[in-house]
Amino acid sequence: MASIATMRGKSIPHFYPKLCKGCGICIDVCPVKILEFAPEFNEKGYHYPRIKPGMEDKCVGCRLCERYCPDLAVYVEVMHS
Amino acid sequence: MTKLLKPGVYFMEGNIACAEAALIAGCRFYVGYPITPSSEIMHHMARRMPEVGGVFIQMEDEIGSIMAALGASAAGVKSMTATSGPGLSLMQESIGLAAMLELPVVIVDVQRAGPSTGIPTLMGQGDVMQCRWGSHGDYEVVAYLPSNPQEFFDMTIEAFNIAEQLRIPAFVLADKVVGQMYGKVRVPDYSEVKITERTKPDIPPDKFREFLPYDSKYLVPPFAAAGDGYRIHMTGLMHDERGYPNLTKEASWKLVTRLVRKVRENAKKIAKWDEINVDDSKIIVIAYGSVSGSAKKAIKIAREKGIKVGLFRPRIVWPFPTWRIEELDSKNYIDTFVVVEVNMGQIYHIVKGYVKNAKVIHISHAPGYLPEPEYILSQIEKIYKR
Amino acid sequence: METSNTKTFEEESVATYKKIELPPIYKDIEPLLRIERFPTIWCPACGLGLLLKTFAKAIVKSKIPPEKHVVVSGIGCTGRIAGYIRVDGYHVTHGRAIPFATGIKLAKPELEVSVISGDGDIVSIGGNHFIHAARRNIDLNVIVINNFIYGMTGGQLGSTTPKGAKTMTSPYGNLEEPFNLPLLAHACGASFIARWTVFHDTQLLDAILRAFEIKGFSVIEVLSPCAIFAERNNMKMLELIKILRTKTKVDHNAPLEELTISPDKPIILGNFVERREKPSFDKLVFDIIKRVGGE
Repeated sequence: MASIATMRGKSIPHFYPKLCKGCGICIDVCPVKILEFAPEFNEKGYHYPRIKPGMEDKCVGCRLCERYCPDLAVYVEVMHS
Repeated sequence: MTKLLKPGVYFMEGNIACAEAALIAGCRFYVGYPITPSSEIMHHMARRMPEVGGVFIQMEDEIGSIMAALGASAAGVKSMTATSGPGLSLMQESIGLAAMLELPVVIVDVQRAGPSTGIPTLMGQGDVMQCRWGSHGDYEVVAYLPSNPQEFFDMTIEAFNIAEQLRIPAFVLADKVVGQMYGKVRVPDYSEVKITERTKPDIPPDKFREFLPYDSKYLVPPFAAAGDGYRIHMTGLMHDERGYPNLTKEASWKLVTRLVRKVRENAKKIAKWDEINVDDSKIIVIAYGSVSGSAKKAIKIAREKGIKVGLFRPRIVWPFPTWRIEELDSKNYIDTFVVVEVNMGQIYHIVKGYVKNAKVIHISHAPGYLPEPEYILSQIEKIYKR
Repeated sequence: METSNTKTFEEESVATYKKIELPPIYKDIEPLLRIERFPTIWCPACGLGLLLKTFAKAIVKSKIPPEKHVVVSGIGCTGRIAGYIRVDGYHVTHGRAIPFATGIKLAKPELEVSVISGDGDIVSIGGNHFIHAARRNIDLNVIVINNFIYGMTGGQLGSTTPKGAKTMTSPYGNLEEPFNLPLLAHACGASFIARWTVFHDTQLLDAILRAFEIKGFSVIEVLSPCAIFAERNNMKMLELIKILRTKTKVDHNAPLEELTISPDKPIILGNFVERREKPSFDKLVFDIIKRVGGE
């Protein structure tokens, strides 16, 4: 795990609460299980995702959350070191 | 302009006159499904459309036909289909769509005896109500009533024009007799023929974000065709000026009222009818289509016998000139309006709704068969003797 | 500028510039989306959002400018997609998208016309139009979203509902056999036939680009998870999504007879048929017009 993160540099998912419908696909599909529902909810009443506190540097940059979000509410920022 | 029927006088079948008139009016997309007694229009179009550079297709059913005609209209091409009663019944949902999307289209109905399969090879006048009320919800159409091949020719061109002008479905309600009889048809010089085109947007396509396909500042919004670059959206759902689904009370009121106002506010300009000896008649016969010839003969004989009878012949049934009926009725010298139709009462009900003083009587006749002048005369005499 | 619930009808009904901010990764497809209407009406986890993304990407990647693309859709959840794509779009009556698209294509053959609609719309009520358009081999790209149910209207059975599945009109389990869509399309003469799921987005994008390129009747069956189907069959959406993502097998050469979808075997995906030799109907029509001497 650590070596993949090092090869790609850091990557971090960003969430767009206004677009989110709380479907949970991103949380379910994440291979390293670093996402969870935030306690807050958006204007429509949906809980949107957040990175589990303390796991911010565990993202491996697979971008499945971004790819499978039907509402265009996630993107993974890849920062090259 | 090449390969159109040259100006002159012809002796031609009504259905063919209709087809040639459509070509002169600029129709370049014909789609249809075989149904007696309208198929001659389709056969003629199959051969003639490619000659004038237009597209012909026979679809798998009437629903496919009308939908393809609407698609062609959405792409900016004047389109038409011809059918008869049973086919018109199948097309109703799509006619509602044409009204809702405001797509110009011409539908020719060569009526036959109904109901149901009826008598496919004999005339009828049973679709008058269907063409106006056949689909669900509120909308307005314009429907012409030709009584001979010349009128079938002229009214087909007018139908295209009104459809383009108001962005509505326009009907030509002929019948088997008008469609399959031969008659004198004068094709005028093209310079005499008025041809209307739908209004185009006055914003250039690169400003498509500013274009509203159903801009309510117009009674009839300018039309952007598919492929013109305006990236429009059209939906059968209740929609707002952007064309997007909008199911609110405001959107519903605004849209439906505008759809009916398109015709209602222009009714007095659109409606057309003939009057013969109406000013000194005690009895007014109301007849239309192929029945009007028989009615005219009956009235001529009745007049010779001293019966004061006149003719009111609608040439357009929708919108119906109800104000003229009211006006005639208010003068209080007319005793009876006699509506003669080959159906069990269709225009009769419109007239009945607007007459307060005179009596209104319906003379029906076996669907399929033109009432003879003697039959109409005997009915007039019966009424006169009361 | 944000979407706000306090806009008046007058402001809302003409707002084409009101924006929700999309992530920067979507800046290529953003001009192709009617984002003033986001978020979409589809349920959470509905696969249609993924189809929207993939189709928008396909428009961008195709060598055809967006003004030349047209989308026609029918009634149902999938039918709403025409309202979210920023190309000339027509949301017509139930089952009749294909003849409407036929009219557009024959009137303006230079346009790239796609029909995107649901399984009920295209092969149940629209079945007759589907088989004839395929038989004619008219140059249309028909994307059939198969969610195995009539979702928008509350979950009734459709002609692609698997045998035994529970729906509002099959409370004792569906008694009917579902259509084998690729086999049906092939029997009618379609030029390009493929099946993917919304999750196989790379392959789906490629299939859509092929459909754009092929001058003939293209049918892409796209399997999509539906919250209503899941609910009626006592499944969680995430379970249904897992099946569509993993209980599949890609086999481009699978015999078409074996492509029926049933719960006891993996779903076969692939680009099954690609026949480029048959001329499209529109080409034949315009050949006649040229020959007979029209303009």
